Amino acid sequence: MTRSPAAFLTSAAPWRSLAYLATSVLLGLVSLVVLGGLVVSGLLLSVLGIGLAVLAGAVLLGIPLAALERRRLRLLDGPHADRPGSPHGPVTRPGLWPWLTTRLREPATWREFGYAVVFTVLLPLVDLVLLAVVVPLFALIAAPAYVAVDSTQPEALVLTGIGIAGLPVAAYVLGAAAAAQSWFVRLMLSPREGEQSDRVVELTRSRARMADAFEAERRRIERDLHDGAQQHLVALVMTLGLAELEFRTADQEAGKGGELVSRARREAKQALDELRDLIRGIHPQVLTDHGIAAAVSEIAVRCRVPVSVDMDLTGRLPAQIEATAYFFVSEALTNVVKHSGAAAASVHGRLTAGRLAVTVTDDGVGGAGLRDGGGLQGLADRVAVVDGRLTLSSPAGGPTALSLEIPCQPSHSVSSSPRTRRSSAKGSPSC
Amino acid sequence: MVRAVGDADSLLTAVAECSPDLVVTDVRMPPGHGDDGLRATLRLRKSDPDLPVLVLSQYVANAYAKELFTPGRAPHRPNPAGLGYLLKDRIGEIGEFAQAVERVAAGAMVIDPQVVQHLLTERDRRHQSQLLSAREREVLGLMAQGYSNAMLRDALTISDGAVAKHIGNIFAKLGLSADDGNRRVLAVLAYLRDE
Repeated sequence: MTRSPAAFLTSAAPWRSLAYLATSVLLGLVSLVVLGGLVVSGLLLSVLGIGLAVLAGAVLLGIPLAALERRRLRLLDGPHADRPGSPHGPVTRPGLWPWLTTRLREPATWREFGYAVVFTVLLPLVDLVLLAVVVPLFALIAAPAYVAVDSTQPEALVLTGIGIAGLPVAAYVLGAAAAAQSWFVRLMLSPREGEQSDRVVELTRSRARMADAFEAERRRIERDLHDGAQQHLVALVMTLGLAELEFRTADQEAGKGGELVSRARREAKQALDELRDLIRGIHPQVLTDHGIAAAVSEIAVRCRVPVSVDMDLTGRLPAQIEATAYFFVSEALTNVVKHSGAAAASVHGRLTAGRLAVTVTDDGVGGAGLRDGGGLQGLADRVAVVDGRLTLSSPAGGPTALSLEIPCQPSHSVSSSPRTRRSSAKGSPSC
Repeated sequence: MVRAVGDADSLLTAVAECSPDLVVTDVRMPPGHGDDGLRATLRLRKSDPDLPVLVLSQYVANAYAKELFTPGRAPHRPNPAGLGYLLKDRIGEIGEFAQAVERVAAGAMVIDPQVVQHLLTERDRRHQSQLLSAREREVLGLMAQGYSNAMLRDALTISDGAVAKHIGNIFAKLGLSADDGNRRVLAVLAYLRDE
């Protein structure tokens, strides 16, 4: 109704208001019968004890009514408008009794019951106002038709005029009444602080737990590869080296056999190199042992584009944050090499005011996008889990700067360092 | 070989029991699966600076090398015992590996050429200039593995004079005096690390 009068009157809003209020009237009547019936019979039966159950039923009736009321806001605001979610928490155990006790303990349930009472009692008044304003208007408009039965009188046309002139007023009254009611619905039936937000916190926690689990899994995979496949490959390389030596010293005429062994050794070495690169991408050991700054300088020195590193971070950070920041730098530099055509890049990292900020800048062609479905999107997802923010500035022509910000506190405790001990004696001697 | 052990704690016990001529260990060992082997090495060197140790690693990282070769970890001595840090893959080159083991046992410093290359790359990127030529880098890499001048001559199949010239150039560029043996390896490391 904040729009210009013409826009409001010609829009669907007055009709939506009418529909909303009309259904309110119907629903109010149903509610009056059911709720009123329950309350009255509950009070009457309260001497028998069973009345209390009936009264509880009346209170709980507020829940479906409230759900319907929240849905019904769509009549007024359109199907795509925001409407409040349920203020009720989850019921942890199955069965009727846990449900009852959970719901009756929630303030939201009582608020909804309060709304139901007001809705049922107040509605007849709204109803009267509507009848008093709108219906007479239509009656006035139709006046000539009534009068025509007897004779044609000019006064009838005046009445029609008044009726037509009154329609815009009625539209505003309807609009105001509907708006007031929907305001009341939102006031009473929206989740309050500490209700739905609890679940958001719970969701965030479980997401963080899941990310922790992934991180632990990555370290486990890395450890298993180190203790398993890598050791076997090292042993293979050594055996092939010995065989090579054997061929060289024992039999000068070994020819093809010796050549094949040499080739096998080079191939095994190649496999070892590839496995090493793979592990470096999963979770490098130096990250666990020496932290993010050391790990970043290792990627930088291996990067094909010259990278200058300026990471001024004293102490260790929580393992998950270090892993995320490492993955960030690793992905960012991979993108620099693949797409930017840059001649140089730099990594800058600082921990200030409880926030870890890392920026990777390159002097390449720019024009990188977060929404290209590539590695950056996966990176953004992973960063979101630790409540981090990823920002990209990449104008066409460059330079490109990809920044990461994560809220975090430095940690020196051993518990943050993921040196989980193995219970079994499975760990083989590494040599 | 006198003893093979499966974790860092047994390594310390075994060394105390049989005082070996040389210890070969992985950086990474049970029980912690972190850099337990490296920690054990540092402890061994602290209690017995004369014990030669060769540390192997699945992948070499400057951070480990810096830690291992930091002077002051062991009491400063004119002739510290041999110390080596090599990539595990080097085992495949049996001949070279055997030589490296012998050199460490004999008291040499042996550093994987990859570490030296990475340190040089880091240094060059900091200064935005290439300090050494490709050939000089190669020579420096071999020097870091404990090669003497004579071994450099054979490995690179160049004359004694050429070896001396390369080394002279390298040390001039690094601003170091051209000592022989371990001290030059340590000097190079210190230079690359601190600058």
